[in-house]
Amino acid sequence: MEILVCVKRVPDTAENEISVNSSGSDIERGDLVYSVNEWDNYAVEEAIQIRDKVGGSVTVVSVGDAESEEVLRREMAMGADKGILLSDDAFTGSDGKGLATILKSEIIKGKYDLVFTGAQADDGAGQIGGMLAAMLDWPYASLVNRIELLDDKKIKIGREIAGGNQEINEIDLPCVLSIQTGINEPRYVGIRGIRKVASVEIPVHGASELGVNSASVGKASAKISKVDYFVPALGKGAELLEGSIEEKVEKLIELLKSKGGIK
Amino acid sequence: MALQIFAYILHKDGVIDDTALEMVAAAGKIDPAASLTAIVVGSKTDAVCNSLIASFKEVWKIDNDSLSYPNAEVIRGLLTRVIPKGSAVIFALDPFGMDIGPGLSIKLEGVYVPDAVDFDGIEGGKLKAVRQEYSGQVSTHVLCDISGGAVITIRPGSFRAVEPGGADGTVIDKTADATTGGLPGGARRYVEVLQAEVGDVDITKSEILVSVGRGIGEQENIDIIKELAKAVGGDVSCSRPIVDAKWLEKSRQVGTSGQTVKPKVYMALGISGSFQHLGGIKGSPFIVAVNKNPKAPIFQVAEIGVVEDLLEFVPLLTEKINEMK
Repeated sequence: MEILVCVKRVPDTAENEISVNSSGSDIERGDLVYSVNEWDNYAVEEAIQIRDKVGGSVTVVSVGDAESEEVLRREMAMGADKGILLSDDAFTGSDGKGLATILKSEIIKGKYDLVFTGAQADDGAGQIGGMLAAMLDWPYASLVNRIELLDDKKIKIGREIAGGNQEINEIDLPCVLSIQTGINEPRYVGIRGIRKVASVEIPVHGASELGVNSASVGKASAKISKVDYFVPALGKGAELLEGSIEEKVEKLIELLKSKGGIK
Repeated sequence: MALQIFAYILHKDGVIDDTALEMVAAAGKIDPAASLTAIVVGSKTDAVCNSLIASFKEVWKIDNDSLSYPNAEVIRGLLTRVIPKGSAVIFALDPFGMDIGPGLSIKLEGVYVPDAVDFDGIEGGKLKAVRQEYSGQVSTHVLCDISGGAVITIRPGSFRAVEPGGADGTVIDKTADATTGGLPGGARRYVEVLQAEVGDVDITKSEILVSVGRGIGEQENIDIIKELAKAVGGDVSCSRPIVDAKWLEKSRQVGTSGQTVKPKVYMALGISGSFQHLGGIKGSPFIVAVNKNPKAPIFQVAEIGVVEDLLEFVPLLTEKINEMK
């Protein structure tokens, strides 16, 4: 199996408090810790496991600036065979469709059986996989949490649906799948693993190498653009308990007792 | 020409989903001047269609025995055949909407507006949508050029359902238009639905839930949650990352992809409060949140918040409750 996994470098929400910058034009990016999008890690792990079972290769690809190289290298340390960075000034400001257009042009240069994306990334849109599949005219399934190889023409997949149930489908190859967390347990990547791939060359493909019409990507083509960021006010907000930790414990116990929270 | 909006109706066992009437509100907010048509795809859908005519002027029906289970690849092909280019199509953001939306936007040559929680006006074909990013920690206004058409997914529960009445609509059978040439999407074939495993504890019946999330850090720390649950006489539940890490069983997961619970008291410990998680909490329980990140969205829905490291706070709380007994 030849497998391509699309990955993205994102601010790590487990490590960061995300806040809006003073002008509201963006989030505050000064001290952010970046990492690979969590969903993508599961996608890469799944690709590696399939390759180890049936042979083939795993390629990881990312659209971004030079800093995205670090996430490609991290996924190569996990076991991906090859990394490709798609980078060009003309790509800056692309919307989802623009990103899918860039990725598609890389995919058709290869001969892939499977293309994976994470089910979603930092912006929660979950759109790249479905767009790619429609552009390629390949079948697509989202929220995949199980993959079983049937033969070299088709696979069986499980999708996560409401209530913890699982929808089982058969899907022909080549196809695009968006991978949900929990499908596997992504392996740990140590410093040694990263060092091993530190000097592997990662090719960079720009608009001309990809044959992408620069009018179809980037800011000029984007039909979706962010106006501003703000902090949502969903409800009235919690009453925050004040005082020392012991005082907070005391107050909370009283509240829990009054609300039937202690039997 | 006025914008034409189509609302894709989710339904099950002849009953429309709650989101159907939320779509009426969403459509009104996208463009009050637009015409609104419901689309019902399935098998034996007459009851579903009839229940919509009080809310929609037009109800398009695509009905075929082979459509009893909603396969997004098939339905995407059907909709591409009947929906005029330039229209806006709304789906609820659920596993079906996520499956069909992005690809349909490509086929209809429109933009994709994912996971809208509100709309803030339309001007010159540009729709201003409100979205959330970074697990709900920040919101953003997004300007979407829908002049060439759009596929929009709306977050369930974000729009207040419009009570049925007054539309006096008609049902129009579009089956022939949609299925001439056979059913599309044969490269992905539905097989079956596997029901979730039943666990040792049924958290949907619990009155007190002590729920743990990613903030717990390590698997060994789950014990402090179990001890607190024992002290208060509640059951342990959790958010998705805990199940993904296989630290607790799937049957204990609260959320749209897990269980829907309706306790009296819900303690969210180290849970950020994604909308998928909150979607699994019903019946307005008394929510207590403990999280060291004061910006965690859970604090916006909780009654009581404690900004502390739960690894310090929870053992102390357990100890004091046990002393008291």
